[in-house]
Amino acid sequence: MGALFVREVRLGLRSGAGILIGVLFFLAVIAVVPFGVGPDLKLLARIGAAMLWIGALLATLLGLDRLFQADRDDGSLDLLIMASERHLLTLTVLVKCLAHWTVSVLPLVVASPLLGLFMNMEPAAIGATTATLLVGTPAITLIGAVGAAVAVSLPRGGLLVSVIVLPLTVPVLIFGVSASYGAVEDPAPFLAPFLILAAITLFFAVLGPLAAAAALKSSAD
Amino acid sequence: MRLVAEKLAGERGGETLFSDLDFTVAAGEALLVTGPNGAGKSTLLRIIAGLLARSAGSLRVVEGSENSDEVAQLAHYLGHLNAMKPVLSIEENLEFWRAFNGAGKRSVIAALDKVGLGDIAHLPFGYLSTGQKRRASIARLLVSDRPLWLLDEPTAGLDKASELQFAGLMQEHLGNGGIVIAATHLPLGLEVAGELRLGASA
Repeated sequence: MGALFVREVRLGLRSGAGILIGVLFFLAVIAVVPFGVGPDLKLLARIGAAMLWIGALLATLLGLDRLFQADRDDGSLDLLIMASERHLLTLTVLVKCLAHWTVSVLPLVVASPLLGLFMNMEPAAIGATTATLLVGTPAITLIGAVGAAVAVSLPRGGLLVSVIVLPLTVPVLIFGVSASYGAVEDPAPFLAPFLILAAITLFFAVLGPLAAAAALKSSAD
Repeated sequence: MRLVAEKLAGERGGETLFSDLDFTVAAGEALLVTGPNGAGKSTLLRIIAGLLARSAGSLRVVEGSENSDEVAQLAHYLGHLNAMKPVLSIEENLEFWRAFNGAGKRSVIAALDKVGLGDIAHLPFGYLSTGQKRRASIARLLVSDRPLWLLDEPTAGLDKASELQFAGLMQEHLGNGGIVIAATHLPLGLEVAGELRLGASA
């Protein structure tokens, strides 16, 4: 399993595009918001957390469709499925998701404080948003893995994966944004939504790989 | 060790390709699956590998007096695709499969030497020619020890010298008590091999 993680991370780094495209897309989305909303600094500060979350959500979905399709195209997927008596396919999927998150999504989390400055957010809000992104984005990857597994045999399933996955990620978005607001707006709590967000991630860490493994097994032809 | 298939049937897209297939392959034996295009050679191999569901019959491995259904974990599958990543070097690709499938007696470099790629192990897999790619994925069979080799057109893209080399590797595998089941149109150069003809009646 360690070997699989190393391989996936190497693949992500070597192909290069993974990290850069995600971060550039994130940057582009956040950078156009002030142009659309206008130079109202107060308004920007208020919607900042929500925009960061939406930008990160869309950037996370960007590379997900290739998660299993690349392995299917070169025949590796067959061998990963065949090895399921040795390495539980569910775990294989989980490791692939973790590696994908490390390579393509973690850079988004790292970039988010900088992008928070674009939105005139105060330090506490930036810190809270970054923390919620760190905890919440794994859930998006794990949900996305199910969509990627379902659409693995479709030649142009990219957009389809996003459409399948987006509605399912709404709870992550809601609790992520409300926790970020909770950190700066007084009556709203931070901890409660933050813990629910963590719970969602843990829940999908179990359900996502299980469902994706089942979909992959039935997709072999 | 023996691989026993009884009344095996396979289908593709609802159409039965073969049925009532009986065969037994014992350790040290090779079975060539032949037949015209579309006869179900690849389907049969994928069924044995557990990648496709069989529509009827049974498939088991008999070891002494013990029966086991777990054929897939005893098998290496070499399909039309090489299962290698073009951006990783040959060595990295094989190191991964060796770790993932269980380390065998041979090291990666020793296996690459066997297929004549030892000198270019550092090159990205994507730089190789078709025949070299095939040889690199044959080396995948050598880095993990599995008794059952399922080969689908294994010599596609190989030149004469590499074919001979590969025949030697298969012979060595059979000599160590392995089993080879190969779907092929070409003679593989094995000394003794049973033949299973699919689609002969059609």
